[in-house]
Amino acid sequence: MKVHTKHIILKTEDLSIGYRSKKNDHVISKHINITLGKGELIGLVGGNGIGKSTMLRTLTNTQMALSGHVFINDKDVSTYDALALAQVLSIVFTEKLTSKNLSVFELVALGRQPYTNWIGTLSEIDLQKVNHALELTNITSLKHKKCFELSDGQLQKVMISRALAQDTDLIILDEPTTHLDMYHKAYTLKLLKKLAKETGKTILFSSHEIDLAIQLCDNMIVMMPEHVVSDSPCNLIQQGVFSTLFPDDLIQFDAETGSFRVNK
Amino acid sequence: MPDQQSYHKAFITLSVLLLCCFIINISLGSVSIPLYGVFESVFGTPSNESWGYIIQNYRLPKAITALLVGSGLGISGLLMQTLFRNPLAGPFVLGISSGASLGVALVVLGSGLFGGAFAVTMTSKWSVVIAASLGSFLVLLSVLIVSSRVRDTMAILIIGLMFASITGAIVGVLSYFSSAEQLQRYVFWGFGSLGNLSWQEVGVFALIYSVGLVLSLTSIKALNTLLLGDNYAKSLGLNLKQSRLFIILATSLLAGTITAFAGPIAFIGLAIPHLTRLVFNTSNHKILLPAVILFGSVIMLICDTIAQIPNSDYTLPINAITSLVGAPIVIWLLVRKRNLMF
Repeated sequence: MKVHTKHIILKTEDLSIGYRSKKNDHVISKHINITLGKGELIGLVGGNGIGKSTMLRTLTNTQMALSGHVFINDKDVSTYDALALAQVLSIVFTEKLTSKNLSVFELVALGRQPYTNWIGTLSEIDLQKVNHALELTNITSLKHKKCFELSDGQLQKVMISRALAQDTDLIILDEPTTHLDMYHKAYTLKLLKKLAKETGKTILFSSHEIDLAIQLCDNMIVMMPEHVVSDSPCNLIQQGVFSTLFPDDLIQFDAETGSFRVNK
Repeated sequence: MPDQQSYHKAFITLSVLLLCCFIINISLGSVSIPLYGVFESVFGTPSNESWGYIIQNYRLPKAITALLVGSGLGISGLLMQTLFRNPLAGPFVLGISSGASLGVALVVLGSGLFGGAFAVTMTSKWSVVIAASLGSFLVLLSVLIVSSRVRDTMAILIIGLMFASITGAIVGVLSYFSSAEQLQRYVFWGFGSLGNLSWQEVGVFALIYSVGLVLSLTSIKALNTLLLGDNYAKSLGLNLKQSRLFIILATSLLAGTITAFAGPIAFIGLAIPHLTRLVFNTSNHKILLPAVILFGSVIMLICDTIAQIPNSDYTLPINAITSLVGAPIVIWLLVRKRNLMF
């Protein structure tokens, strides 16, 4: 297997995710063993309510794992202190921005917070990283615009740029394509692909755009009620994983085109 | 930030404005004192002894109190609006003023219930200050204890409001059983007052104010991070609980002492941050915080000058003036700029 030769950024060991309550644990998924390599673009797909968000929350250490471990750079995430974790992992959430009165530059510069001094002064290096992040996402021309002046598509680029400025090995995005039109969905995922290749960062995103993910991702993680599968899109198609993803009374996966078709 | 240069002009203008307001404030009052008399009294020996006495022991401490009150309320309003991401939040959302009111109500209104001797010893200036401090501290402490059990920042806001209505109810019951004279004294406290503070009191006030100010300055980075929301703040390595505690502590020190020494002064804390945001058009706290300090001081000095009614013996309640002056300014700015910056 290739797995042994690649540089692993994130790895899970027999991970169980779910919610812990006083009486009993509600397990959402168990025996999860996945590895994310350096410079890979990985798509996390699965139906609504299957636990994609819980999975991401567990990987980012915002929620406790029921059992098993998550390692980032060979170190258990639960042993990182907050600031150290912020220097290896950046996150792009789905939630709307609270303050849209920030300029694009100011917002992207906030990504440098884990590195700046007590009052948040930007050093030469910080400025370089911020400007580089703006260039990589093609938003240098928007630099002085306020966030409320931007479209949803532009705003998403700004948020990705902010994560880049944070300069972490791993970037995790929670449904980065929601609220976007078809063109911008493709644009955003294509951008992520480009960033993973050019910067060598590992990028993991959850999405409902399975057809786009199949075309663009190096690897995919498919969440199903019983288990979690992770492999390259081609192998997953060959194994027929996508045809079991949804009940086949309404839509069916077409292995030839790599997309879903509505039953006529 | 790259556009920081452009704020320099605004800061210089505001500082000059502040200086002018300060001079005008100490020049005007019930006794007419010429400008040279004012300068003599501040910087040296005055030619007229009573002028010197009025300026040094009455007008200067009052002007400095106005500075501390205006800037302090502005800062605490800004901190609360950012922490709760709510443009309606002010310095008193966590029940600080209602706690102080409860303390003062117990002393002023409750004196009848606790007997005559108590009433005499407990209604001096210091006793009101101590009662207000204790009241606001205890209510805030309860809010903090309860809210340490909740994870959601918004829940703290609601808990604060609930505590405010509990204390409001107790004050209501106390008022019901009070004499007209006691009620009047309590109502007068509620009007707020910047005067009547000795240098010693101003000193204590300034000391606690400084601690609150330093705490808010150290929170600038956290405040900017919080603009992205709790989740992003956490993902950027911010210790959310600790920053939240520092911000609340700074607010309670500032707003708590202000209420203790000058009464529950309304409006300024809510309006000044909005005014500053509208004028400076930024959310960056490195610029907002100093701007709020300048704006708060200027507005408070203007309000105090108006409340004084130059060359007359009347002093209007400062609480009424702050709203009468401040509200139209905010409405005018909102109508002109057409949207609420936040």
